[in-house]
Amino acid sequence: MSAPTLNRRRFVAQTGAAATALAFPLVGGAQTKPVRVGVLHPVTGALAYSGQQCREGALMAIEDINKAGGIKALGGAKIEPLLGDAQSTPAAGTAEVEKMNEAGVSAIVGAYASAICLATTQAAAKYNLPHIVDVGVADQIVERGLKNTFRFAPGYRKCAEIALANLHVLNTAAGKPAKTVMIIHEESLFGTGTANLLARELPGYGYEVKEVIKHANPTRDFNNIVLRMKAVNPDIVIPANYYNEYALLVRTMQQQKVQPKAIYSVLGGAASSYKFVKEFPQAANGIIDCNHWFNPRDKRSLDLKKRVEAKNLFYSYEVFLTYTAMRLLADTLERAKSTDRAAIVAALESSTFSDHFLPYGPTKFVNGQNAGAQPLMTQVLDNDIKVIVPRDYRQADPVFPLKA
Amino acid sequence: MLDFGILFPAVLNGLTTGAVYALVALGLTLIYGVLHIINFAHGAALMMALYGVYFLKQYLGLDPYLALLPMVAVMFVGGYALQRGIINRASHGKDENILLVTLGLSIVLENIALLAFKSDTRTIDTPYTLATVAIGPAMIAVPKLVAFAGALVTSAVLLWIVRGTDLGRAIRAVAREKHGARLVGIDVDHVYAMSFGIGLACLGAAACFLLPAYYVNPQVGNGFVLVAFTIVVLGGMGSFAGALLGGLLIGVVESLGGLWFGESLGQIGIFLLFIAVLLFRPQGLFGAKA
Amino acid sequence: MNLLSPRRDLVQIAVFAAAMGVLALTTRSGVVLNFAMMALYGCLMAQAWNMLGGYGGQFSFGHALFFGTGAYVQAIAQLQGGLNPWLALPLAIVTACLVGLLIGALSFRYGLKGSYFALVTLAFAEVFRILALSVPFTGAGVGLMVPLKEGAANMQFGDRRGFVALALALVVCGLLLTTWLRHSRFGAWLQAVRDNEDAARAVGVDPFRVKLGAIGLSAAFMGAAGAFYVQVFQYIDPGIAFGPHTSVEALVAAIVGGLGTLWGPVLGALVLHLLADFTRSLFGGLPGINMIIYGAVLILIVMFAPRGILGMGQSVRGLWRRPASAPAATAPSREATRG
Repeated sequence: MSAPTLNRRRFVAQTGAAATALAFPLVGGAQTKPVRVGVLHPVTGALAYSGQQCREGALMAIEDINKAGGIKALGGAKIEPLLGDAQSTPAAGTAEVEKMNEAGVSAIVGAYASAICLATTQAAAKYNLPHIVDVGVADQIVERGLKNTFRFAPGYRKCAEIALANLHVLNTAAGKPAKTVMIIHEESLFGTGTANLLARELPGYGYEVKEVIKHANPTRDFNNIVLRMKAVNPDIVIPANYYNEYALLVRTMQQQKVQPKAIYSVLGGAASSYKFVKEFPQAANGIIDCNHWFNPRDKRSLDLKKRVEAKNLFYSYEVFLTYTAMRLLADTLERAKSTDRAAIVAALESSTFSDHFLPYGPTKFVNGQNAGAQPLMTQVLDNDIKVIVPRDYRQADPVFPLKA
Repeated sequence: MLDFGILFPAVLNGLTTGAVYALVALGLTLIYGVLHIINFAHGAALMMALYGVYFLKQYLGLDPYLALLPMVAVMFVGGYALQRGIINRASHGKDENILLVTLGLSIVLENIALLAFKSDTRTIDTPYTLATVAIGPAMIAVPKLVAFAGALVTSAVLLWIVRGTDLGRAIRAVAREKHGARLVGIDVDHVYAMSFGIGLACLGAAACFLLPAYYVNPQVGNGFVLVAFTIVVLGGMGSFAGALLGGLLIGVVESLGGLWFGESLGQIGIFLLFIAVLLFRPQGLFGAKA
Repeated sequence: MNLLSPRRDLVQIAVFAAAMGVLALTTRSGVVLNFAMMALYGCLMAQAWNMLGGYGGQFSFGHALFFGTGAYVQAIAQLQGGLNPWLALPLAIVTACLVGLLIGALSFRYGLKGSYFALVTLAFAEVFRILALSVPFTGAGVGLMVPLKEGAANMQFGDRRGFVALALALVVCGLLLTTWLRHSRFGAWLQAVRDNEDAARAVGVDPFRVKLGAIGLSAAFMGAAGAFYVQVFQYIDPGIAFGPHTSVEALVAAIVGGLGTLWGPVLGALVLHLLADFTRSLFGGLPGINMIIYGAVLILIVMFAPRGILGMGQSVRGLWRRPASAPAATAPSREATRG
């Protein structure tokens, strides 16, 4: 990797820097120089919903941090967000990183989508600009040896492994009623990767993968897939797709009266979504998901949920993951006692941040991945999403299988 | 896979899905047949119509099927204004410019929706959303059956307009020979705008039939554009019967293709059919040879 | 035949290359370098499209087909073939060219023109996209990732300047080729076919061969752009490779800049990238406004510069484009090209 350029000169004449200076809200009245942080998400284009949820999480975190007195180690300096739109493409994301770099940000938090994160972490690496990945589940993001990249949440390999292990535990505890599996996944990176992993490992646990169905993004109609489901009659259906398709699939299953012993999702788009539960309570009932989740026993997560819902938004994983990623950054700034990028990278490497409400325990970054990060298993019960595994966070006993 | 219990429902599914595609394509084929423009903004217009149906239900409690008349009227007016006010003025009648203008429009419309309605996916709940009707071994969703009927009715109405009214005669004249039509006193710009308006009005109807079984968000139109183009070409540009039958055919091809080759790869059937028609019978099933 | 000798064009190209070189060497700004790189990459694609669309008169809606082919070959050659990227690049270009010739042969043999040709290219791009999603050697839905290994020998320049230089070299090649199209006999035949295919055939030009040549060249340059993308972003998937996004970018830039001109594509790409960059920063707090402005400006550009930006300052000169609905074609123009 090339040597970091300590380019501190700000090019005010650049349309980029000048325009970005217009784009972010100036925090008034701060006596000490604020810490500039890039908040980069795809807020327009195909991924707009998730990107906007992430941004919301980041901004709420910044609001909380600043209200509590800013970064005390830097004399109460407030965090000043520079908002960037990755426009749902890696190229736009990269251009934003360049602008943020030149505007003098100390770190970047983003960029939700794996393909975009691959590009943005790399672009930031040229300047040794610390980049905290908030969601981006593809494991390649943290496997390229980039020193500036830190992912706080788990990747899809970890999620798939935990999902498998827990499926086996649940099934065994219930007397092994389920033997056959059908995987339905969306066709791009996340769905295919997850499905490949599951299809490879499930037989080892003694399950027969009867069919793997890949579908397009978007899929306009799931009737035929549900038809196949009726014909194949699997015990367990494992969907791995995005919200719209997941919702359509499950609704179609309800309509066609197809009820497997369990709908067991891995990073399911709508499986642990308050929006889905609210809008389709019947279809959602009983769905199990292995997904990003918060610690239900920590009051702070519920406080944040209330605040988010008061804004008429849904408390989705994008919100609390990016919220916590920003808090990680704040903690790091306190420990680094400086806005120097190299100092921040070093502080992240040695971070033990544990003052958060995610079920990860104290932070420990190994090659850029937070070793303690884990997904939780949830199930939709009584019109609410309850954690069922692991026991430390259990809110309700799992109902498995759904029908005998 | 060749089991009747699977094939029959798959074909019926294909027919009902295809009917919705046909509704989207009907408007597009009129616009192409008369104005000879490939309307890139068709998907975005469908999306706007879907939002219209959504809000009518959300705030006025109006059932989507009852919203047919208002939606058709609003989309017609919108289409007329759009063509007369923006597309015609901006493009100076040149093909490649019309392309860019409709492209620009689609970007503007999609992002106006994003700004105004936010990016979340919206669905409506009606008493018949989950209802199904048993036809042999198949359980067909009621909204889809209604959509099928709707496609038939809409095609019939369009055929009546184009064959049985003065406007229709004017439209056919302009489609065939613009300058000649102008010479005999037909207001070509007005006819263009009327055609575009009717084309978008079809989308209004399509939206009413589509929303109960689907959803809406700012990007939802993109998923229908390519399929609609395929159907327009397959059926013959400018032919309503062609768009209807083409839509049904494409629906069945997609359905069976998905059954045999997988839902992802099965999509290829649509485009291979598209290419085959373009190469070997470009006038489509019902179009006249140019 | 063009009345101007190629010398004027060549001088302009030299000045352009020198100016870009100076810019790249003197600026310290990462933003400017990144912008220059992306704008040149956009120029490359617009030029490619212009060869077929502007000079050949065949509008393609599926140029992503060639882009994606080049991109995947570049990636696969490195990942599965172990080739050095500098060797993979010509392979990518040649493969894209062959795909172009294949598609062209099919389409032109069956006489596809105008919208039909446009739509068939779109359909082919979609077919390839769906295939790429299903076939293992393209990584299917997961896509392909070229491992990070910086170094000029590996065509992964740690310093953006390297990529700017590469893009500039490719764009200059495109400019030179376009100059050749403007002054050569082949180019004259191509433009004759564009203006009136039947008349051209009547004077002895073989439209099929000529159009085939154009699509081959166009595809080659588009393939180069695809390979370039892979080297810069190191990740390719079927959506990025064959999706409509790239097709649209190429054609919009070419048309906005001015069809059938030497500098049109360059200008168009530059203006559109500036516009995109500028609007992206505006109103960061309200997502969507930036794109609305972008779309609106696009419409306005078309409204006030119907012949493209380059056409704005010029008076009407000779025959230009005829709408598809026009009655029988008129006689071919004596002036074959625009300046």
